[in-house]
Amino acid sequence: MTAMSQPQSPIGQSLLRREDYRFLTGAGQYTDDVVLPFQTYGVFLRSPYAHARIRSIDTSKAAKAPGVVKIFTGTDLADAKVGGLPCGWLIHNKDGSPMKEPPHPVLAQGKVRHVGDQVALVVAETVLQAKDAAELIEVDYQELPAVIDIKSVETAGTGVHDDVPNNVCYDWGHGNKDAVDAAFANAAKVTKLEFTNNRLIPNAMEPRAANAQYTKHDESYTLYVANQNPHVERLLMSAFVLGLPESKVRVISPDVGGGFGSKIFLYPEETALVWASKRVGRPIKWTAERSESFLVDAHGRDHATTAELAMDAQGNFLALRVKTIANMGAYLSTFSTAVPTILYATLLAGQYKTPAIYAEVKAVFTNTAPVDAYRGAGRPEATYVVERVVEQAARDMKMDPTAIRRQNFITEFPYATPVGLTYDTGNYAAHLDKAKDLADVGGFAARKAASQAQGKLRGLGYACYIEACGLAPSNIAGALGARAGLFEAGEVRVHPTGTVTVFTGSHSHGQGHETTFAQVVAAKLGIPVESVEIVHGDTGRVPFGLGTYGSRSIAVGGTAIVKAVDKIIAKGKKIAAHLLEASDTDIVFENGEFKVAGTDKKVPFGSVALTAYVPHNYPLDKLEPGLNENAFYDPTNFTYPAGSYVCEVEVDPETGKTTVEKFTAVDDFGNIINPMIVQGQVHGGVAQGLGQAMMEGCVYDPESGQLLNGSYMDYTMPRADDLPSFTVDHTVTPCTHNPLGVKGCGEAGAIGSPAAFMNALTDALGVRDLAMPATAERVWRAARH
Amino acid sequence: MDVTLRLTVNGKAVEAAVDPRTLLVQVIRERLQLTGTHVGCDTAQCGACTVHLNGRAVKACSMLALQAQGGDLTTIEGLSKDGQLHPMQAAFRECHGLQCGFCTPGMVMSAVQLLKDNPKATEQEIREGLEGNICRCTGYHNIVKSIQLCQSGKVSATA
Repeated sequence: MTAMSQPQSPIGQSLLRREDYRFLTGAGQYTDDVVLPFQTYGVFLRSPYAHARIRSIDTSKAAKAPGVVKIFTGTDLADAKVGGLPCGWLIHNKDGSPMKEPPHPVLAQGKVRHVGDQVALVVAETVLQAKDAAELIEVDYQELPAVIDIKSVETAGTGVHDDVPNNVCYDWGHGNKDAVDAAFANAAKVTKLEFTNNRLIPNAMEPRAANAQYTKHDESYTLYVANQNPHVERLLMSAFVLGLPESKVRVISPDVGGGFGSKIFLYPEETALVWASKRVGRPIKWTAERSESFLVDAHGRDHATTAELAMDAQGNFLALRVKTIANMGAYLSTFSTAVPTILYATLLAGQYKTPAIYAEVKAVFTNTAPVDAYRGAGRPEATYVVERVVEQAARDMKMDPTAIRRQNFITEFPYATPVGLTYDTGNYAAHLDKAKDLADVGGFAARKAASQAQGKLRGLGYACYIEACGLAPSNIAGALGARAGLFEAGEVRVHPTGTVTVFTGSHSHGQGHETTFAQVVAAKLGIPVESVEIVHGDTGRVPFGLGTYGSRSIAVGGTAIVKAVDKIIAKGKKIAAHLLEASDTDIVFENGEFKVAGTDKKVPFGSVALTAYVPHNYPLDKLEPGLNENAFYDPTNFTYPAGSYVCEVEVDPETGKTTVEKFTAVDDFGNIINPMIVQGQVHGGVAQGLGQAMMEGCVYDPESGQLLNGSYMDYTMPRADDLPSFTVDHTVTPCTHNPLGVKGCGEAGAIGSPAAFMNALTDALGVRDLAMPATAERVWRAARH
Repeated sequence: MDVTLRLTVNGKAVEAAVDPRTLLVQVIRERLQLTGTHVGCDTAQCGACTVHLNGRAVKACSMLALQAQGGDLTTIEGLSKDGQLHPMQAAFRECHGLQCGFCTPGMVMSAVQLLKDNPKATEQEIREGLEGNICRCTGYHNIVKSIQLCQSGKVSATA
């Protein structure tokens, strides 16, 4: 029995989420739930054509329709000198010239470039009146041939943008081409695969929405918007498009119903609403219908890739050569250009010590919706390339797929890859071993035999992924073309009674930060979790932050908070030293108490807090009152979550129906704050990755450019009976360069699972490749060969 | 021309003059300000708008308000009683059956109906029973666990 029980640290505990009560009782407040006084409703008239010149727009009839307040077109915006939406990442061509950056207008200027492109904003008293009026707008279009197929854009004979006749945004190269060519010349064996990474539609369950208000008395704007990074939204919109002082714009992202990347970006809709709200003099609300979300939310993935792996006779990897065509869609969305370059080619080493790697990426414009970051953003595409090729290489070499991986694993850290990253830590064999155990790989042969006895095919596949998270050291990102910083901000405000409000630049849209961030602060300060309140998502309240994407919140946002807490403790020590009549260098802070080291003299955190605000007995000559600190944290490196996934499938060759019999995920996320929440993130990510592999795929008509599956009746979302329960576990190598030792967990599931599934399916079918999504029809056809 | 709609909503009698084209979900969200019922699609597929009408789960986006005339309606706001979560709500909390919370009200309302119809539902039956509700966050793993916990009667805290 211990003399005195230490309070258990909240870090590492599966505390139930504090945000759940409001969500479970209908008290959540999403953007569409916000009702502003005298609000009007905005509806966007959208292009029915993929590509057309606008000869004229006649709004005269519509303007007279019942309830119409005002109608705006691109001409109004051009007259007001409203600029286009900026792209946040500049990529350079192989020859050093900059990428093509054609204008991305808020409302169409002379041309429409994808089905759904916004042509006019109708503002009316009700949604129905706005819709009715939109139908009365007469637009004279001259239809143009649509550029859809990414493999033939250069010879399409028409330019999506008049000043980009070959439709190439950039032609980028990364790595050492000569070293790769030399290695291929001497290779004993080359494994080559060609595949597409299918285009996905994000489908957060809350459709995008915005409500914009202009306040005359202080000439300010307030925008409620379903967004993952309100400060980025404000910066881009005010500084680059509308020319407004940021001090006059407040962006509030309240409860947000999922993002998955699609709510990172600055979109035309909310920009038009903010601008128009001043002209209308009343708030304007817009909520996307799901069919609009399908048409205009930035889509994900959409790569066509050839990958070749050179090996020696023993299966040691010598070089990897990758050529990718990446679809940008019609316009450059906020971070679109970074996804198939900086977030993709830099990850092509995977978990392996492949000495030479070279990637060429050609980004192209098409008459489709813009494409940008979607859960994983470049890293799922990289993992798919590496892990499909590695699995096929094992088959070509007649080696066990785990043996070939193990033989090529990086085992010494830090490790500088040939594609520009330095992995700080990891233990890849540890998660592979654990995953094999949990997946009962030893029993697979018997299960396969049992399936065969019933006329079924069974397959097993692996994926050992790595990702770079915790974006990013700003100076490295800047050197790679980022036009923004990538730090995070946190402010810790201790109240006189010892309770704490934390203001974070991270944004929670399902991740549970209100719980996990409070766990971190409570652990550091030795106070109850209930005493810590987390505030996020409001530029009027939180310090300038970069928001939540790329699994960065705990690693970057969490660290900013820890640094602010450290400042609180440092100041608290000085106050305590005064109260205890000791030197502040003799004060230690443990379990919520400031103590004079080696004595029993102590003062609790709450008393120090009260003293800071009631400074009657206080060293006012050398210390300011108050206990309120903020910190900005810019990481020194990316974090590198990695893991091993094992997928086991059974195929009915008669119908093509494929069932995921077992899915095992073992991830190394470094230290874990709340295991329950982390496992939930993996479940959701795996489901999205299996969705990509099994059923999801955006389809445009190759001639007309019409979106063929623009609803839940047509676009197959994973449902409960499409998926199994998952086996999820962890190994831990703490991150070496942030104080929590955390790496991030939000995207891993979506990164590792498509390759694991396709490796299992191709194993079951005995084929080299099959296109994602592996629909029953595709599987059935493959099974008949 | 507006028609008078009379309903009992979460135990209280309400009356509203509505355009006959008005959907039930619009009355719930915009007239009654019960914004826990969500609209996630326009094709009656996602189930975020699921409510109970006369003891049956229905999708409030795909029926006219007047079709509910005289009915007894329960929304997510009416499921908890006296500050106590319904066991299904508590089970979702205990099993981390929700993340962003947007599909959650509809998911909970469907889940309550599911166990009412089939108290001994197997995992496969639970998964099939959730066909009409889409969640993008959880991969359904913990939603299934939540329903199984509620089914077992072993939900711990409801406050």
